[in-house]
Amino acid sequence: MKILVLIGNVPDTTTKIKFNSEKTALDASGVQWIINPWDELALTRAMELKENSAGAIEMVVVATVGRQETEATLRKALAIGADKAIRIDTEPKDGFYVASQLAPVAGGYDLIFAGIEASDYNGAAVGGMLAELLGIHSISSVSGLQLEGGQITINREIDGGSQTVKMTTPLMAIVQKGIAKEPRIPAMRGIMMARSKPLEVIPAIEVDVLTSFESFSLPPAKAACKKVPEDQAKTLIYMLRDEAKVL
Amino acid sequence: MSVLVYTENWDGKFKKISFELASYAVALAEQMKVPAVALSLGKVDETELKKLGNYGIESIMSDTNENYIGLDNQAIAKAVAIAAEKAGANVILIAHSNLGKAIAPRLSIKLKAGLVTAIHGLPLSLQPFTVLKNVFTNKAVGKVLVHAEKKVLTLAANSFGSQENIVTTIINHFDAGLSNTDFATKIEQTNKVTGKVLLSDADIVVSGGRGMKGPENWAPLEELAELLGAGTACSRPVSDEGWRPHSEHVGQTGKMIAPNLYFAFGISGAIQHLGGVSSSKVIVAVNKDPEAPIFEAADYGIVGDVFKVIPQFIEAVKEIKS
Ligand SMILES: Cc1cc2nc3c(=O)[nH]c(=O)nc-3n(C[C@H](O)[C@H](O)[C@H](O)COP(=O)(O)OP(=O)(O)OC[C@H]3O[C@@H](n4cnc5c(N)ncnc54)[C@H](O)[C@@H]3O)c2cc1C
Ligand SMILES: Nc1ncnc2c1ncn2[C@@H]1O[C@H](COP(=O)(O)O)[C@@H](O)[C@H]1O
Repeated sequence: MKILVLIGNVPDTTTKIKFNSEKTALDASGVQWIINPWDELALTRAMELKENSAGAIEMVVVATVGRQETEATLRKALAIGADKAIRIDTEPKDGFYVASQLAPVAGGYDLIFAGIEASDYNGAAVGGMLAELLGIHSISSVSGLQLEGGQITINREIDGGSQTVKMTTPLMAIVQKGIAKEPRIPAMRGIMMARSKPLEVIPAIEVDVLTSFESFSLPPAKAACKKVPEDQAKTLIYMLRDEAKVL
Repeated sequence: MSVLVYTENWDGKFKKISFELASYAVALAEQMKVPAVALSLGKVDETELKKLGNYGIESIMSDTNENYIGLDNQAIAKAVAIAAEKAGANVILIAHSNLGKAIAPRLSIKLKAGLVTAIHGLPLSLQPFTVLKNVFTNKAVGKVLVHAEKKVLTLAANSFGSQENIVTTIINHFDAGLSNTDFATKIEQTNKVTGKVLLSDADIVVSGGRGMKGPENWAPLEELAELLGAGTACSRPVSDEGWRPHSEHVGQTGKMIAPNLYFAFGISGAIQHLGGVSSSKVIVAVNKDPEAPIFEAADYGIVGDVFKVIPQFIEAVKEIKS
């Protein structure tokens, strides 16, 4: 059995977002790049599954669509424990472009993990698109996944509750909070080993871009917070009714 | 050409977002000068279907196959695609809900449509088709162009609001022709949150952070929520510690919410927390630290002790309700 984990390379969650002077692209100066938080949890879960599988899971592969600078992120994924990394050498454009680049390398896996969304452009697209391109089943908002034989037991969030469901392989699991408790931190040994693990670079294919960002803007600055003294807290509720008109 | 809107139901009742979506579809269809058609999948009776007519929907396609209850991603995407072809839809609108996020990407591939998720507001232009969506987890707004002829759009909850507009509705029976083998998701167990205001549906959300000190202190916060008909939420450490259920965790790695009113009690306002709540229309912060970053995101605030403030809020809400 083989598992593929899709890895997005995104600015650290605390990054102060700035754009270039034309407001057409992110100003990446000083940005720290990390594995998209959901993908890091997915990879953690994939490693746990492999370790508990008594050899049934032969390998965990990670794949990213990105330029050379994303290799640091892939090396981190290898250090966490992935056996092999694949990088498709192109600038990610929209979700369709990324999913189409991944499709030729994503065949033949029993289980593929994607995150529910990447924290850069919040596309919430690639996992579902890739499943459709591969013609395999997908299940989204996955907050837990257990493997037994060929059977997969999934916990997923539904709107207003949660469910336990059974699925079969091949499957695209689109994951969110809960899939693993804490992301695994690479150990020294893992970092050393990552250097000698395979990182395959594949050229991009020609794909149409269906959507594009024309420009970006920062939300308008908020007006200063209106403060009410602690002992007059009640007046704040009246302000919400009479001034803000939200009660 | 038409705008097709996929309206979600649970147990035969439309979700609140379905009415917001219907309102949006009607407004968009008007802008595009084409009809808006609603699609309903699953067992929804006629009285319920007709409720869409309160939001301007004149035509409904209803497929009452019971298997849709399993929320199988592939099957629902397939059914919506078939309906979209039948309705000649060039724009398909879907909620940015758990289910909507699951099916929209699959659908976009089937239709060779451009997908934009979590949009807010009507298109700025139809030619080229231009919409707004938040990016970098609510830290910025992006203007997105869709180059494909067909569009699949998911609408951010609470970003448009439902607009009453009573019309007469025609219900057309529709059969997407799915067979049992299309439904691969086998439900073992469902835990439905009942009797509580759903976070995703709530107009008001009352939220607590580590400043609440412990789970035993949540009673006043819950009392306030109950009086306001509000949903309850919490910061990540609060759910990590097990003080509150994970379903209440809001923020970048939890739920993204956009209520009209958000109360943050004893929450510092970390950037990852704000990412999930900053689209709220009005934010009220109570924190004893005047430097807490939550005050930069808040519209109203009290520098003070949550345990002194919440009882006063409860009193005032009781006063305005009586
Ligand atoms: C990758 C990543 C993702 C994350 N995602 C999320 C997320 O989705 N959601 C989230 O919430 N966090 C998230 N975090 C964590 C986030 O960085 C903060 O640690 C967290 O939001 C802090 O929670 P808090 O405000 O409850 O606690 P604290 O930061 O400890 O703040 C408690 C506040 O309570 C105040 N206080 C204490 N006692 C009182 C009192 N009696 N009266 C009034 N005020 C009082 C204090 O002044 C303080 O400001 C994430 C972190 C990372 C690294
Ligand atoms: N450039 C990329 N390379 C590989 N996987 C990606 C890439 N972008 C997104 N993904 C995967 O798709 C998920 C959803 O991303 P998105 O659709 O961009 O919000 C992410 O959590 C990743 O698992």
